[in-house]
Amino acid sequence: MSGYGFSPSRFCAMVVKEFIQMRRDRLTFGMMIGIPIVQLILFGFAINADPRHLPAAVLLADRGAQGRTLLYAVRNSSYFDFVREVKTEAEGQDALARGEVQFVVNIPENFTRDLLRGDRPAVLIEADATDPSATGNALGALRTLFSTALQNDLKGPLSFLADAEGPVELRIHARYNPEGITYYNIVPGLMGVILTMTMVIITGLAITRERERGTMENLLSMPTRPVEVLIGKIIPYILVGYIQIGLVLAVAYFLFHVPMVGSPILLFAVALVFIIANLSMGITFSTVAKNQLQAMQMAFFFFLPSIMLSGFMFPFRGMPRWAQAIGEILPLTHFLRIVRGILLKGNGAEEVVLQLWQIALFAAVVLTIGVKRYRRTLD
Amino acid sequence: MTADLAIDVRGMTKRFGDLTAIDHVDLQVRTGEICGFLGPNGSGKTTFIRMLCGLLRADAGGGICLGHDVIKESDAVKRQVGYMTQRFSFYEDLSIAENLDFVARMYSLKDRRSAVRESLVRLGLEQRRDQLAGQLSGGWKQRLALAACMIHRPRLLLLDEPTAGVDPKARREFWEEIHVLAGQGLTFLIATHYMDEAERCHRLAFISGGSLLTHGTTAEVIDQAHLTTWSVSGPDLLTLAGRLRAHPGVGQAVAFGSALHVSGDDAASLEEAIAPFRTGQYEWKRIDSGLEDVFIQMMEKARRDVSP
Repeated sequence: MSGYGFSPSRFCAMVVKEFIQMRRDRLTFGMMIGIPIVQLILFGFAINADPRHLPAAVLLADRGAQGRTLLYAVRNSSYFDFVREVKTEAEGQDALARGEVQFVVNIPENFTRDLLRGDRPAVLIEADATDPSATGNALGALRTLFSTALQNDLKGPLSFLADAEGPVELRIHARYNPEGITYYNIVPGLMGVILTMTMVIITGLAITRERERGTMENLLSMPTRPVEVLIGKIIPYILVGYIQIGLVLAVAYFLFHVPMVGSPILLFAVALVFIIANLSMGITFSTVAKNQLQAMQMAFFFFLPSIMLSGFMFPFRGMPRWAQAIGEILPLTHFLRIVRGILLKGNGAEEVVLQLWQIALFAAVVLTIGVKRYRRTLD
Repeated sequence: MTADLAIDVRGMTKRFGDLTAIDHVDLQVRTGEICGFLGPNGSGKTTFIRMLCGLLRADAGGGICLGHDVIKESDAVKRQVGYMTQRFSFYEDLSIAENLDFVARMYSLKDRRSAVRESLVRLGLEQRRDQLAGQLSGGWKQRLALAACMIHRPRLLLLDEPTAGVDPKARREFWEEIHVLAGQGLTFLIATHYMDEAERCHRLAFISGGSLLTHGTTAEVIDQAHLTTWSVSGPDLLTLAGRLRAHPGVGQAVAFGSALHVSGDDAASLEEAIAPFRTGQYEWKRIDSGLEDVFIQMMEKARRDVSP
């Protein structure tokens, strides 16, 4: 029995040792508590599969009373917030392309006249349908709304208008993704998600690895500058990032037949900023973390909100303000807008720059922190 | 005077929280000298060496290293110093040649390729140039580390226990190389635990508990200790040692083969201690104190001074 049977003493030794080690590793313990809390908050509060108060623009070519009634009804559905009025169709297109608004509602010229004549004027709703799940419910609500909205206005002599198919024709243009194919939205988004995950982890390990293997002491004894070390560690992975982009684009195009309306070259160019932002994040974690495990945990802690609050998994506009504010800081949020913008909307440099500078700012801030945190001594 | 001093630092102090790891240490090492740096584990040898090459910031003190301010011009110092860490700290997933090439680039050497080639030849590593550093045995790793920390032709080498885990033959070759280089004008500060290595140094510095206890040539260090040592042989030396140690005049009683070395820093008191045992069954002989006797004596004394 003393030899190879189950020994309670050996078993206890193992359990006790594990408890001691767990208690010593504060960060891991904190993560075990912190990650569930963050997940609960994000899933519980931030995520909303039925986004309301989506920003909409209105092109009001007819200022009659019935048009107004219709707009009020649209707003009262709580799905739409009219944030601006556009003067021309082109202005509306721009606002959609930039992602400033999710919808443009067109009340056509002579709307009132045609309505009263019984000509069933058409109200055109243009929707940014890159993410079908963000617009689906709102558009569904519109259909019921249009049949009832004008009931109060169309009484007495006008009541003949309220019958049958309804007084107004609702015409919906689901722009950029007319068939509402979910993976048109997901696959380009995955490019950003994959880059975020791999780039942050890969450089997250970079400095901690040197420290764990003892090579840091040697590196520090040589006349190097922090910038040389940090940027030097980033460069090779930019290439890796580009390989990933090429891979995702090829799969998106050949396997999923995702449309590529805009310029892939532009995408390649701007992706550089995004890759650098993520690598900088990783390398900065690396200067803070004590060992590789901690760096991995930090990377995960960054990845979690990135994937949930960026608009990748859930509609960005469905989230509460605070969650959107966090989302706006994250590079993935802006990159998703860029990728979807270029591939599905055909956006050009002008629209892209609006998002790009925010990623660049993130990279600059994070890298500065990294360079400052990088310790030139072993203190 | 400073011209021929490679290291001239004073009052060097380093604290880690409440612990004073290095407490006002002064050290001078002449150019071309091999200075042995001795002290028990945890005495502050590594910390002091790291302070010299800018890896740790001194809390107080300062001085000159190779003509540069040790604190303010640590980059200039780094360029002229080769530091060999206690633990192998080159890249195990790089080959020997790749490691050397990396270091050569780090110091922006002009003729990088030939510098790498020369250093491979000089240390007899050219046969193994493409072997991964991680697959090398302890002795070869140590050779690689030495080659790498000398590739930029430093004027001062700080070696932190360079021969730990290296076999006697490789150690001897290593020391011969050191003496050749010192002859060419290189200065060495070598931390070691081995007494035979200490005796190969021109001068010694002994540090304990963060303080420099003594500094000088081997002969000076032994003289300064004023240590008297007796060698005794006879039956049951273990019991004898126990009884001798109880006497305050006996600093240490250590077995050396079939003899026991008994020493103390007060000759009269020591003689008084051994007097009862100078009987026929024991053979007593007064001998010269060795370096090891001196160091153990100093360590014991330092320990007693700290915790009375």
